[in-house]
Amino acid sequence: MKHTLAVLVENRSGVLTRVAGLFSRRGYNIESLAVGVTEDLSVSRMTIVVEGDDNVLEQVTKQLNKLIDVIKVSDIGNDEAVERELALIKVTADVNTRAEIIQIANIFRARIVDVAPKSMTVEVTGDEAKLQAIEKLLRQFGIKEMVRTGKIALSRGPKKV
Amino acid sequence: MKTGSTEKVTGAKALIKCLEQEHVDTLFGYPGGALLPIYDELYDSDLRHILVRHEQAAAHAADGYARVTGKTGVCIATSGPGATNLVTGIATAYMDSVPIVALTGQVPSSMIGNDAFQEANITGITQPITKHNYLVQDANELPRVVKEAFHIASTGRQGPVLIDLPKDITTSEIEFYYPEKVELRGYKPTYKGNLQQIKRAAEEITKAERPVIYAGGGIINSNASAELVQFAEALMAPVATTLMGIGAIPTEHFLNVGMLGMHGSKYANYAIQESDLIIAVGARFDDRVTGKLESFAPNAKIVHIDIDPAEISKNIPVHIPIVGDAKQILKMLIKYVKRCKSEPWLAKIKEWKKEFPLTYKKDSKVIQPQFVIEKISEICKDAILVTEVGQHQMWAAQFFKYSEPRTFLTSGGLGTMGYGYPAALGAKVGRPEKLVVDISGDGSFQMNSQELATAVQNEIPVVAVILNNGYLGMVRQWQELFFDRRYSYTDISGSVDFVKLAEAYGALGLRAERPSEVGPAIEAAIKSERPAVVDVRVECEANVSPMVPAGAAINEILDLEEN
Repeated sequence: MKHTLAVLVENRSGVLTRVAGLFSRRGYNIESLAVGVTEDLSVSRMTIVVEGDDNVLEQVTKQLNKLIDVIKVSDIGNDEAVERELALIKVTADVNTRAEIIQIANIFRARIVDVAPKSMTVEVTGDEAKLQAIEKLLRQFGIKEMVRTGKIALSRGPKKV
Repeated sequence: MKTGSTEKVTGAKALIKCLEQEHVDTLFGYPGGALLPIYDELYDSDLRHILVRHEQAAAHAADGYARVTGKTGVCIATSGPGATNLVTGIATAYMDSVPIVALTGQVPSSMIGNDAFQEANITGITQPITKHNYLVQDANELPRVVKEAFHIASTGRQGPVLIDLPKDITTSEIEFYYPEKVELRGYKPTYKGNLQQIKRAAEEITKAERPVIYAGGGIINSNASAELVQFAEALMAPVATTLMGIGAIPTEHFLNVGMLGMHGSKYANYAIQESDLIIAVGARFDDRVTGKLESFAPNAKIVHIDIDPAEISKNIPVHIPIVGDAKQILKMLIKYVKRCKSEPWLAKIKEWKKEFPLTYKKDSKVIQPQFVIEKISEICKDAILVTEVGQHQMWAAQFFKYSEPRTFLTSGGLGTMGYGYPAALGAKVGRPEKLVVDISGDGSFQMNSQELATAVQNEIPVVAVILNNGYLGMVRQWQELFFDRRYSYTDISGSVDFVKLAEAYGALGLRAERPSEVGPAIEAAIKSERPAVVDVRVECEANVSPMVPAGAAINEILDLEEN
């Protein structure tokens, strides 16, 4: 089972390696990890997607809480949450396929952010299912390169983590 | 928050002032290039500095000092190899939750990351074996960092903290002030147990008919021995201790059933397996204690009291967890529990004790290692016992009669050979009025025997008793039992004459070759009031018994003393 953790940490050098090191040495699998600063410049927020049952989740949460630089850990997977990920996909494209790719992009409300004689780059935002769907459709043209940010998430409503 | 007047000082001077503010009186260390500014300040300081002969010993000595005093131990080593030599000592302290602060020199800030001479990324290296660590990047942060380091090391679940000090940080000038308070929003240990949980636990405990208290090193760390004994007496429940929990209840107390686990007493293991309720206090269900997890205490409900929430249900599912400080929670529990109906249970345990006592082969010609421990127990009542790791460690756990907490020091979690002698030096420095005895094997002693020079130079009269059997005995025992007596590289006989070795360092060297010589040799060593080594030639192939093979249930016990 996948869980999405929002982890508030001190915005300091070395914190990312502490968190990543914890996952690797305890044998937990990180599906994705996204990190950036929050509304408070001294705090960074990591969104970590981790695979495992409830026991694993409990251990991960407790071990994260033991790190001095970790301020708060919340499992926001179970709540109503807005989840987004951004992907840039560079697709093989020429005069014959360009129109179709643009059409697919439009359907997914994705944007074409670069065009060259033999390629196009699509920027798409959404949840995991949407990203997977567009990736599958674009694959037929040949995906040269793809990069994903990893999931970020906020719970719905006025509640903060 | 600034307090008092500020003054301009160098980083090195500031460090010394910080240590004074933390009431540090002793450092165990070894100088080097990156530490020159700090050592120059130490030259004029009132701090006592014990110069070791290998940095690993500095970390172990700080650990031994911390375990006997309850204060935070401090060690210091230079950049690169000095710092990496501390690693084993830091890992030892981490596994056993011992508060130490390790200070390391580092190459100047401008050179970090350039593979400079004697550069090692020690904060990276020690990340998994410290509670927290710091690389000081601005000299003005130094006082705050030191304050936080001592706070983190000594509170919550205690442990080692490392501070890496680039050389330029120690030479630059700062306005010194020492913060009064620590503000760490990500670190707020829980001390007070949840009242609801305590009441729930008390209810279950009172209903139990076959209760066992399983007491670990957390009792010692939280100074909760008196409360533990009071609690056990209030319930009339037997107490089994872990290796780390030895000393939490006197050996001779009528409710003590001794150590449980791999080399625990049969009656402790039987009690656990047949119990209907286990109250684990400051213990972590380590594999050496539980054996096969699926068959551990099959009929017992489990109450787990621990200051570290991450230990709850880590290995064994817990029915009633109480997170907090053992001392405070036991005090509360004592108020709510009533005496269990445990008379038949205690009678059964008494029978087991009679039927399966800890014994060994008595011999009038060859010295049995267990006999040596019994002799030491007789002669050195109230001594602080420190051990290395191996057979002698288990015999020391089984056959010495302990009466107080903080008198049995051993590397329980990491199992560090070479821990004992330097830790014993630290213990003696911390409690000079106490007799300190290092129980050692001939293998372990050679891992840090260079510290004899430290003992002699600093006049630290520790008695090392080597149970010399010419083997790496514990490994040999496993080879005997599980590898068809194929003693692959465990024969170390004739490696050194320990008496001459001691004498070469200027220490007293004595030898015992017959049972009748053991007592007099130990007495002479104590009487000399000098650093002393007693080389005791013991039975070569004695085994630690009883023994639960790794991975078996803890009532599947091999009886080895008859072979």
